[in-house]
Amino acid sequence: MDTGMGPRTVAGRLEALPDEQYDRLMGLAREVSFPAGARLFEEHRAANQFWIIKTGSVALDLHVPGCRAAVIETLGPGDLVGWSWLFPPRQWHMGAEARSTVRAREFDAEAVRRLCGRDPALGYPLVLAVAEVIGHRLECARTRLLDLYGPYGSEPPR
Amino acid sequence: MNPAAARPSSRPFPYRVVRRARETADVATFELSPVGDALPPFRPGQFAMVYAFGVGEIPVSVSGLDDGEPTLVHTVRAVGAVSRALYGLRVGDTVGVRGPYGVGWDLASAAGLDVLVVAGGIGLAPLRPLILDGLAQPGRYGRLTVLIGARTPSDLLYRAQTRAWGAEAHIDVTVDHPEPDWRGDVGVVTRLLSRGTWSPSRVCAFVCGPEPMIHAVAGELVRAGTPPHRVQVSLERNMRCGEGFCGHCQLGSVLLCRDGPVTDWGRAEPLLAVKEL
Ligand SMILES: Cc1cc2nc3c(=O)[nH]c(=O)nc-3n(C[C@H](O)[C@H](O)[C@H](O)COP(=O)(O)OP(=O)(O)OC[C@H]3O[C@@H](n4cnc5c(N)ncnc54)[C@H](O)[C@@H]3O)c2cc1C
Repeated sequence: MDTGMGPRTVAGRLEALPDEQYDRLMGLAREVSFPAGARLFEEHRAANQFWIIKTGSVALDLHVPGCRAAVIETLGPGDLVGWSWLFPPRQWHMGAEARSTVRAREFDAEAVRRLCGRDPALGYPLVLAVAEVIGHRLECARTRLLDLYGPYGSEPPR
Repeated sequence: MNPAAARPSSRPFPYRVVRRARETADVATFELSPVGDALPPFRPGQFAMVYAFGVGEIPVSVSGLDDGEPTLVHTVRAVGAVSRALYGLRVGDTVGVRGPYGVGWDLASAAGLDVLVVAGGIGLAPLRPLILDGLAQPGRYGRLTVLIGARTPSDLLYRAQTRAWGAEAHIDVTVDHPEPDWRGDVGVVTRLLSRGTWSPSRVCAFVCGPEPMIHAVAGELVRAGTPPHRVQVSLERNMRCGEGFCGHCQLGSVLLCRDGPVTDWGRAEPLLAVKEL
């Protein structure tokens, strides 16, 4: 099967769960869609859901007073949208907006946390999958801090 | 015009700028035409030593090849004395050119496989002739995917052309720092890898950009199952002679000007793992 690099996304990781666990987890999800421009969540609000994107693109943004929201990163098919639901204080660090029509699986975070608490054999791989996403995003953010394509590009030639 | 010898010339041949296009605030593309004899033909991934008279000489890859024509196309980013002088050239100016040097991309080894091109910043320049070759022979390869990373939307090279490639290839572009009207992806180019629809074991990848980017891309591909010999990377080190004599570009046992700049990841990874090599 032509799976692409999909197994490295959170969707791919979860698909690797045993069928019975996968089905229980997916039982807590519902299919949703967002039109382009719809806000999935706002900074500092309670993180009660998370999503796995099927199609479309979501931008994570930060509000900067007096400016347009700054887009920090975009997420695409197979990506996890939101991990703040897993750790206290369970509030979003950023906002999220659909950049195009988005189809996604939406999970009830409270129900997923309860399921994981009851069944560590499911909770552990799920938390590992989320931790891997967080680690990967941290790695990417650090790489961007290096400003690899600059700083030479920042100044027009004299 | 006499045909030049097939061996690379260690004497600079005069070439005249016949066309100049400004790509971004600090990058320009030049078409050079021989004033007299032409250098032997270049292949995608090879480079020339380009001499800005009175300033100095630097290695610059070919960023375009006119089939059968002796013209050379180079894209230069102004980062220091020589590249700034080249960026400042105007139509009618003359430069000295030596070459062709180095081992180019081995696109033929991708026959029957999907082709993945990953470019960061000015790294798209040496990959452009390879992409054009791939587009020109559609039946020979599987799907062509081009992933491009740049600092900002204003730093994207060959904008009109990359849009046009989209008709025949899958093109994804991402930037580190978006500008207000940017509607595309934001993030490092490795993030685009997970969206690929190629099979990691049936792809041949060609990667050029800053070294940490090459590391990240090649590492992800190999972890996903792409054999290291199917990941070709182009490495940069300071180069002086271009002919394997001076040792400026030595990386372990490899002289990048002669044995590179293109090499496969199986060979490059152990060398890059040694700090300060
Ligand atoms: C095989 C090969 C192919 C190349 N192809 C191209 C090409 O197609 N287009 C192109 O624009 N450049 C290319 N380069 C890079 C180019 O040769 C260098 O940018 C150039 O040597 C810098 O010389 P300079 O005198 O302008 O700057 P210098 O005075 O030598 O350096 C000025 C500043 O720029 C930094 N710098 C030097 N080299 C680089 C670099 N490669 N990238 C970023 N910063 C650098 C230095 O650290 C310094 O801070 C290639 C290099 C190699 C080895």
